[in-house]
Order: sequence, then structure tokens, then C-alpha cells
Amino acid sequence: MDNAVRKVYVDNAATTAVSEEVLSAMLPFFKEIYGNPSSLYQLGQEAKAPLEAARATVAECLGAKPQEIYFTSCGSESDNWAIKGAARAQRRKQGKTHIITSAFEHHAVLHTCQALEKEGFSVTYLPVHQDGMVRVEELEAAITENTALVTIMYANNEIGTIQPIGEIGRVCKEHGVLFHTDAVQAIGNVHIDVKAQNIDMLSLSGHKIHAPKGVGALYIRSGVAIDTFLDGGAQERGRRAGTENVAEIVGLATAMKRATETVDERIARLTPMREKLIDGVLKIERSRLNGSREHRLPGNVSFCFQGVEGESLLLLLDMKGISASSGSACTSGSLDPSHVLLSIGLPHEVAHGSLRISFGDYNTMEDVDYILEVLPTIIERLRNMSPLWDAIQTGKVNYDSYM
Amino acid sequence: MAYSEKVMDHFANPRNVGEMQDFSGVGEVGNPKCGDIMRMYIKVEGDVITDVSFMTFGCGAAIATSSMATELIKGKSISEALKLTNKAVMEALDGLPPVKVHCSVLAEQAIKAAVSDYYQRQGIDPTPIVGDIPECEECGCEI
Repeated sequence: MDNAVRKVYVDNAATTAVSEEVLSAMLPFFKEIYGNPSSLYQLGQEAKAPLEAARATVAECLGAKPQEIYFTSCGSESDNWAIKGAARAQRRKQGKTHIITSAFEHHAVLHTCQALEKEGFSVTYLPVHQDGMVRVEELEAAITENTALVTIMYANNEIGTIQPIGEIGRVCKEHGVLFHTDAVQAIGNVHIDVKAQNIDMLSLSGHKIHAPKGVGALYIRSGVAIDTFLDGGAQERGRRAGTENVAEIVGLATAMKRATETVDERIARLTPMREKLIDGVLKIERSRLNGSREHRLPGNVSFCFQGVEGESLLLLLDMKGISASSGSACTSGSLDPSHVLLSIGLPHEVAHGSLRISFGDYNTMEDVDYILEVLPTIIERLRNMSPLWDAIQTGKVNYDSYM
Repeated sequence: MAYSEKVMDHFANPRNVGEMQDFSGVGEVGNPKCGDIMRMYIKVEGDVITDVSFMTFGCGAAIATSSMATELIKGKSISEALKLTNKAVMEALDGLPPVKVHCSVLAEQAIKAAVSDYYQRQGIDPTPIVGDIPECEECGCEI
């Protein structure tokens, strides 16, 4: 490996570095203001005030009220709580046992819905079309009198497509159905207003927006019936017990404020990088962009390359200093390719050759240029040794209809 | 999941990679649906595999096991090559993550497929010599 290999981190959809601003905001809460916010003495109350200020900040970023924000340990916890808590409360209070979600949700949502199926709930998994979008009319058609909850992600983590959340919220409101959205990938990339968009519950995570790993939040609209997630003390209005992770909650609020205040700048800065990357990569023979080019997060792109396997591609990119990811089966420890890529209609053979590049605040146009310099050579190298590429070249198999 | 240094070496610098023109036998195993295909070419002179090369579509482990397998049979007799087990390929690579064991199985199968093809081209029924080559689903691929 080259000694002076350039380092390009383009996996910001997986996680981000903690920013200096967030780190500075958190530091006092480790050794100085370490009191338990539930304690009545001064040291406790010194921690309580920033905790509640953080709640108010997160609420403001979403257009919510402070008492509607509950801090959690991560996005997956928020999803679990929202879906299980609301579904069970709906069944108990209204006898409703039907849930609507989509086929390409994050596993924190899909596996939670599958767990509820074992409890007797029925779940509709809406198809996701080739453009990586849920159709609102299909969602509306799936709603029945028995529907307790709709959960559709704001933006997809693997292919970056942004769902019509406002329209989904309107339809759910019209039918009196609760609407939850996993907005983990969306925060900082779109303008969110939970009231205007009729969102009843929204999950978010800190580490995607330069806060540390291990902190998240769930917005629960006032009046939504939801079961307690963790039994114990009276923290988080008695619904999620456990001494608050004050330092990281302050970090999350600091990151949320920065991320949501700079949405327009982020879109303006990342979109040209994304577009240049798409234009450059699609010059590679038999490559495709996964999902709508238009309804897409500013920094998230997913490609497939015929005749190439994703893990090999990632390993070679890594040797060139590029950290990216793939929907590839191999990386997730299963032999099956990504459920997201299969959900948009790709065959296994094509879905295996995927690459996700997700830009963040620390990336530059030079990073795009470097990827475009390195990637075509790597693809060519893998194709030169690929019997599948050979079969494609000689016309034995053809996947061009998916390109 | 982490690969050993040997796996990374064979992945980054694969030995005996590429198409062979004047081969005596060629075998292809795996399935693009599973995400790996291995093609193995052998050149046989007398009873000895004098040259071998591979082409692989697959993950890092698939490429590394192909590469290692070619090294382990080059210059060996056919009967020696047929004795090569997936376990021996794995050991030569200082081990594989559990989920990647099937790649070493493919490497063993690819050699057997190439030898079978060689015998068929000679007009000899390979089955009594090579035995059955298990199908893809036996390596745990869910399609």
C-alpha cells in the first residue's frame, strides 16, 4: 500500500466524526457538572438545566414542543419504542392490529415489525418502486379500519431517496392513523416541521450529525398513546427510565442545532459534489444509479456495476484510502444481497455489485475528483478477472434492462 | 469480520489470475445470484498440472481462495490436486471468517470441475475419479 495514500471518508451515512463544537459542549459534563439531573442539590440541578435546554433545542429544530422530545440511546431504540409502544397501545385502546411499512426500511423498523407479527399484528410491506419511492396512493389504499400505525422512513439509508413525508402525513391524518418516520438519515439534509408534515413520531440519531454514538431521540406528539419503553425511574416523563446521558444529550442538541441551521448551505455545497460524482461514475460502462436522481439526499449516492462484487470493490477502495460502503451481502455477514436493492427490483446478480458513497460536512470537491480518478481503474481491474463480466461481454447473460 | 494478512495479500496480489488460451480443462462453479463465480483453467502435461489460472467474481475471500488454490496445485499431479480440501486452502490462508468458509469450498469445487472437464475432453468419464461436485445450495446460499 502507498505510504502517503490520501484518506477520503465517504461513509457519512454510516457514522460521522464528533465535531469540535460538539466535543467542547460535552466536556464539562464529564468531570465538572457530573451531577445526576434527578438530584435536588445544586450539582444535580446544574445538570438538569442543560438537559432541559437540550430538549428545547431539539424540539425547536423539529417544530415540536420540548415535552414532546424523549432522549434515547440510538435511532434503533427510538424506532423500537415508537413502533412497539404505539402499536401495542393502539391494540389495547382501540383494538387495531394492522401496521403499514415499506419493504426497504432499516432493519430497526423491519425487524421490529416482524417481532410484532409474532405478537399477532399484521403488517403490510409496501413495495418500493424502481425509483426508490413509496407511492402515496398505494399507502392510502392499504389503510383499513384496523390500521394502527404507518411507519415510513424519511430518507433511505442505502440509496438516499427521500420519501413524500408531508403527503404521507396528510393521508395518515385524514384516515386517523398514527404516522411514525425514521428520520435518522434526513436530519440536516431536509427541512423538517413535524406539525406541518403531520408527523406523530420521529426517530433521530446523534452520530449521523457529528454527535457521538450512543444518543438519539424520539419525538412523540402530545396526545399519542404509547407504552413506556423502560420501566424504572421518572426520567423522560416516566416513559423511558434510566439516568440521562447528559453529556451526549447536550452533544446531540448542539449537533442538531448546527445541522438544522445549515440545511440550505449543506444542500448547496453537497449537491454539486453528488451530481459531479453521478455524472462521472455513470461514464463507466454498464453502471447504474440506484433510485431517483431527483428525490435524493444531497450527499448520498448508490451505484451498481455489472460484473463486479461489492466487497472486493470496497476492499480495493480502502487500499486507496477511500472508506465507502456497499449493500453487499458479504459485508453484512449474510450471503444475500441488500434487501433495499432487491426492493427496487434489481436481480441478485446486479445487487451484489453495489457501492454507496455518502458525503458529509468534511468532504470536498477534491474528494470527488479523487474517487473519480481511482474508481474506474478498480472496476476495470475487477472486471478483468470476473467470469461474470466475461459472460456479460460475450452476451451469455444480459442485465442491461436494469441499467 | 477481519481477513488475515495472507488473505489480503492474495486478494491484493492474486497469483495466476486471468484467462488461459491453451488450457487442457476448465471448470466454473458458483452462481452469480450468490455473489461468487470461480472459473479455473488447468494445463495438463502427462499427469502433471503444469499451469493453472483463475477468474473470479466474488468477495475478497473468493479471490484469495482462488489464488491460493492455484498456488497449491500448480506443478502437482492430478491425483494430488484432487486431494486438496477446502480446509487446506483455508489453513494456507491462515483461516477465514466463518461466513466465508463457503469460498474455500468453491475453490475446491473449481479444481474438481476443471479436472472433470479435462477428463471429459480426453473421452474419460470423470465421475469415478473426481466424484460428485456439490451444487451451490449446499454451501448455504439462500436464493
